[in-house]
Amino acid sequence: MTRKPKLAVHKFSSCDGCQLALLNLGEPLLLLPELVDIVHFAEAGPLDPDAQVDVSLVEGSISTPHDVDRIKQVRENSGYLISIGACATVGGLQALANFTDRDAWMGQIYSNPEHIDALQSSSAIADHVKVDLEIPGCPVNSGQVLKALRDLLSGIVPRSESQSLCMDCKRCGVVCTLVTKGEPCMGPVTIAGCGSLCTSLGRACYSCYGPTPLVNDQPLTARFSQLGMDEAAATRRFHFITSHAPAFKSAGERLKAEEE
Amino acid sequence: MDESREIHINVPVLTRVEGEGALELDVSGGQIDNLKLRIYEPPRLFEKFIEGYECDQVIDMVARICGICPVAYQMSAVQAFERLFQFDPGPWVRDMRRVMYCGEWLQSHALHVHLLAAPDFLGFDSVIGMAADHPEAVRRGLKLQGLGNDLIALFGGRSVHPVGVRVGGFYKAPAEAAVADIVRRLEEALPEAEALVGWTTGLEIPDDDQTFVNVALTHAQDYAIGEGRLISDQGLDIDIAEFDAHFREIHVPHSTSLHAELDGKPYLTGPLARLNLNAERLPESVKALMEGCGVDFPSQNMFHSVIARALETYLAIHEALRLLRDYRVPDSPARAVTPIAGVAYGCTEAPRGILWHRYEVDAEGRVTQARIVPPTSQNQGRIEEDVRLSLLNLGLDKDDATIRLRAEQVIRNYDPCISCATHFLKLKINR
Repeated sequence: MTRKPKLAVHKFSSCDGCQLALLNLGEPLLLLPELVDIVHFAEAGPLDPDAQVDVSLVEGSISTPHDVDRIKQVRENSGYLISIGACATVGGLQALANFTDRDAWMGQIYSNPEHIDALQSSSAIADHVKVDLEIPGCPVNSGQVLKALRDLLSGIVPRSESQSLCMDCKRCGVVCTLVTKGEPCMGPVTIAGCGSLCTSLGRACYSCYGPTPLVNDQPLTARFSQLGMDEAAATRRFHFITSHAPAFKSAGERLKAEEE
Repeated sequence: MDESREIHINVPVLTRVEGEGALELDVSGGQIDNLKLRIYEPPRLFEKFIEGYECDQVIDMVARICGICPVAYQMSAVQAFERLFQFDPGPWVRDMRRVMYCGEWLQSHALHVHLLAAPDFLGFDSVIGMAADHPEAVRRGLKLQGLGNDLIALFGGRSVHPVGVRVGGFYKAPAEAAVADIVRRLEEALPEAEALVGWTTGLEIPDDDQTFVNVALTHAQDYAIGEGRLISDQGLDIDIAEFDAHFREIHVPHSTSLHAELDGKPYLTGPLARLNLNAERLPESVKALMEGCGVDFPSQNMFHSVIARALETYLAIHEALRLLRDYRVPDSPARAVTPIAGVAYGCTEAPRGILWHRYEVDAEGRVTQARIVPPTSQNQGRIEEDVRLSLLNLGLDKDDATIRLRAEQVIRNYDPCISCATHFLKLKINR
């Protein structure tokens, strides 16, 4: 390659936790500038939001009219756009507010809601512009972000994970919490990538990585029911960190309908 | 100076702070007409959408308010629920939560001192540029930050939104071999943290004493982190449940984060306030380091907060070592807890200052109402006051670049965490 590829990190509505996937790299963070030219990364210091770049990492969900304009500009300026984390890929935990009347909430929270500029929903980056790669997770796994960058730098098209957490547990030798402990584990419908964190602590997965490409939710919720969980509690399992991933949104809505 | 000179400084995106904020400053006739720390990060409405969720779910939800201090959110929440349920988690859980919290102080302080604040003092735009001239300092910062992250992950699997804390204790106790490994690394890091204190006292620190009120938690035995009473240097001394009788929240038009006042005035929370109020509770070796560092505490110069952060970095390693040296896996990392309906209050010292939670909980252990008051929104009023006084002290006759740098540096002294601040919500409570 004749010149170093340019990288930008953009933030929308989020907790900043996915940018930490880079800031938490430790000493390898200092090697990153040898591979890429970091031209925009406000939390780290470099500021040039309108720069033309080869790769953009986008964190956060779209929740204001200004965000909508800004993401379009980012798309135009980016050769390859990667959305990172649950907020950017499915609207994040804050998309739970989409289920209700936002304006009424604003009125309860702020004494002068007319000063708050916000849309009626929190939505994914791909709802607004073409996204080249989505890396799920709340937060993303640094390894997955680095691997995607490495693949791009090597001229390889990055591949998305497609297997469920269950496969990860098998690979890591983690004893199944659903089968052996009767815990309401979301692993069978959750995309792998975290490294089986909850299950290796003996707790049920709560799906901070969101759904697998194909979700078979009915047998799982039937099992939850056998374990003594009512529909409302099961709904809260699907309508949680990634409530607006289509498969989880509809699973939760089905459970709500069954409850009524 | 030229009294007719007009200065308009607009910093549309503050860099090296967590989240999205901006600064507006207008000067004319030698006076500051307008000074606003604008917080425009969109609100995410956390307090509303957690309604109806179970306490253990809420612990994982509130962590998502902040990627840099998720442990603080989890600890304020779990403390609130366990207080309400009249549950004492016992010494092992209390000690291990303190260790995990030390991990967060360590990573957050190391990140701030080296990556976010130091470039200002040394004349760089970012740590990446700084690394060429100060490679050892940057390496030390990243190493300490990494150690803090690993200390959190020891209990929670990962450092951002860890998964280990539950009502009643932890999901799992770390293995003794993993603890022995981290104890070795903490011992190696202690001299580096000591060097960090010396390094921060060598930075060029402006003389900028101001009058302000310090607020922090305090504890009878320990330097308060995870529990205590709320005190100030103006005589406040209350249980955390009495917060509302003394502190008031205000919505100002230029911010999606509510401001807070104590008895009608801005106040400081965070590392400098803690050190100013709780130096007597420091372990002997940390106190000796503080007394020998060449700066007198208590200090009313907010630029000394970088030294306070360095001293707390050393304290965090010291405390983690003290509590982990004789570590044994307990019979059980958690005990069963029965929910009790009522109002729950929690307050802990996040890296940036006091983080206060209030929840209403039903008999099934579900949250029906929530209010969260993070440190950055509490500091907002103080930040604006500080920028104003600091610029007057600097002299408005300085050039725009100097004024802008000073203003940004003052803001960064507070290590503002703007994602946190925009989830600070005031509710109308109808009873």
